[in-house]
Amino acid sequence: MIAAHLPALQVVVPLILAPACMLVRLRDAAWGVALAASWASLAIAWLLLQQVLASGPISYHLGNWAPPIGIEYRVDELSAFVLLIVSGIGAVVMPFARESVRAEFGTRRVYMFYTCYLLCLTGLLGIAITGDAFNLFVFLEISSLSSYVLIAMGRNRRALTASYQYLVMGTIGATFYVIGIGLLYAETGTLNMADLASRIAEQPGSRSIGVAFGFIVIGLSLKLALFPLHLWLPNAYTYAPSMVSAFLAATATKVALYALLRMVYTVFESDLTLGLVPMYAMFLGLALFAMFAASTVAIFQNNLKRMLAYSSVAQIGYMILGLSYINVTGLTATIVHMFNHAMIKGGMFLALGCCMYRLGSVHIRDLAGLGRTMPLTAAALVAGGLGLIGVPLTAGFISKWYLVLGAIERGWWPVAVLIMLSSLLAVAYVWRMVEAMYFTPPPETVPEGMDTRLSMLIPTWVLIGASLYFGVQTELTVGVARDAATALLGMPR
Amino acid sequence: MHNFLVLRVIAKLLLPFILLFALYVQFHGDYGPGGGFQAGVIFAAGFILYALVWGVENAELVLPRGLLRFCFAAGVMLYAGVGLYDILAGGMYLDYSVMAQDSVKGQHLGILLVELGVGITVSTVMVTIFYTFAGYRR
Repeated sequence: MIAAHLPALQVVVPLILAPACMLVRLRDAAWGVALAASWASLAIAWLLLQQVLASGPISYHLGNWAPPIGIEYRVDELSAFVLLIVSGIGAVVMPFARESVRAEFGTRRVYMFYTCYLLCLTGLLGIAITGDAFNLFVFLEISSLSSYVLIAMGRNRRALTASYQYLVMGTIGATFYVIGIGLLYAETGTLNMADLASRIAEQPGSRSIGVAFGFIVIGLSLKLALFPLHLWLPNAYTYAPSMVSAFLAATATKVALYALLRMVYTVFESDLTLGLVPMYAMFLGLALFAMFAASTVAIFQNNLKRMLAYSSVAQIGYMILGLSYINVTGLTATIVHMFNHAMIKGGMFLALGCCMYRLGSVHIRDLAGLGRTMPLTAAALVAGGLGLIGVPLTAGFISKWYLVLGAIERGWWPVAVLIMLSSLLAVAYVWRMVEAMYFTPPPETVPEGMDTRLSMLIPTWVLIGASLYFGVQTELTVGVARDAATALLGMPR
Repeated sequence: MHNFLVLRVIAKLLLPFILLFALYVQFHGDYGPGGGFQAGVIFAAGFILYALVWGVENAELVLPRGLLRFCFAAGVMLYAGVGLYDILAGGMYLDYSVMAQDSVKGQHLGILLVELGVGITVSTVMVTIFYTFAGYRR
């Protein structure tokens, strides 16, 4: 009986346990509730993916009102895959959170932290599962509002301004999105995505639909930090608590990208195929700029969290690049990279969280000799860095392989060359990290003991290990991503 | 503001009517204009008026922060809990029809409980926001 209600439970379990965290109030009990919610979400997401792979897309009618009147939850390969990424990261990050949050956030009102985290998880899962364009906006706001709070909880006081900056930019993004939805609703009279798609196809060349498309794409690009709309991201990731940086870096931008894919390929598919909007050219240009500009900026950062944040902007560039090809291979690369990058970046931010816990800093100067003082953490950073570069046998290689293949398929040789060149920039910033960790002597005053707590090392290595595992074993990731890409492009299997 | 006699008398006179009107908007919401959100705001406005005239300290004796925190969590849980109950009763999530023998009665009961959850959460969150700003300099 429960199996039929999994789509609703996916969102409702974290939603109902968030206020429960608030009610229990005790620090460890709240953490326990949040942990249970995260693991339950992961289990549900896994079961949903199996259901979708076995028997095709699932449609769930909330309140038993049939779409397009009622709100529909729709799970296909792509949304099940994104659900798996989000809940998987949540489940791994949660055991890490206990010590890390205690150290960085103090002991006062920790339950508020976990309440916000669960609300953020609810919002992100909701965006990935809903089949209703306005419902997507509601979940976007739930996840954004709670992530502003989470970021503002950082120890450094600059976290407040970082969060405020994100709040302003994020609100503009959400407003643009809702303006676009409003225009679409005025023009078509529906909010259900599938229904929207068919009605938009009936009115080719409508100007207000074109304007709506522009608003939606720009609004979502702000949320996913597409260059040059990424200005909120570096500060937000740098000053947020370590656990929040890891969670948001691995999930928030991916989910916004998912929303963009949904809008571009599911709702506005006809406009795209008719070539009314030269969208791919814009995406291509911005993606290339992101890859080079953000990677170059990353090389000159001394705060490693900020370095990784700029690297994230560059990696988002790769995902958008795959989207701009408008072919199955490119889209496969985008979707696979969402997964791979979540593992790599999540793992690396967790490793930096270990440094923060032990050394109280993530400045490159303070990480000198980390290879000797915290060997396992340093190794995790190196393994993650290799993934960012795209070295064979890491997950990053798989993504870049498909990106290059897609470019060649389209006959865009220069783009393929540029992808390789931009990887060299990643070598530069990863090398700076390696040099500090392995070729600089550690400072005289090193805290006692080996490395850091196991409860923090294990989650870090689970993500880094996953990024290595999925660099070799690509059946799950590439298989699902290819199915999702074919379905998005509306091609027969 | 303890010395403004007119203000105090008028506020005292109005307060019960504001709260009563909030309850009317809350429970008449299924038939007429209104519902949990509007009712919650009106209800909170009553307490905010009280706090403005008699001071936040006195308002906190009536509605302590701990109680507010409990209430706004409980409101969300009531809403989501109704949905879960519907699943257990054999319907879809938030399918109120299964809540009673007669589906119209079920719909009525469901929307009443859900709106009550909204009302509780909205009113307590409004008062909490007011407390937070009012207590900022203390």
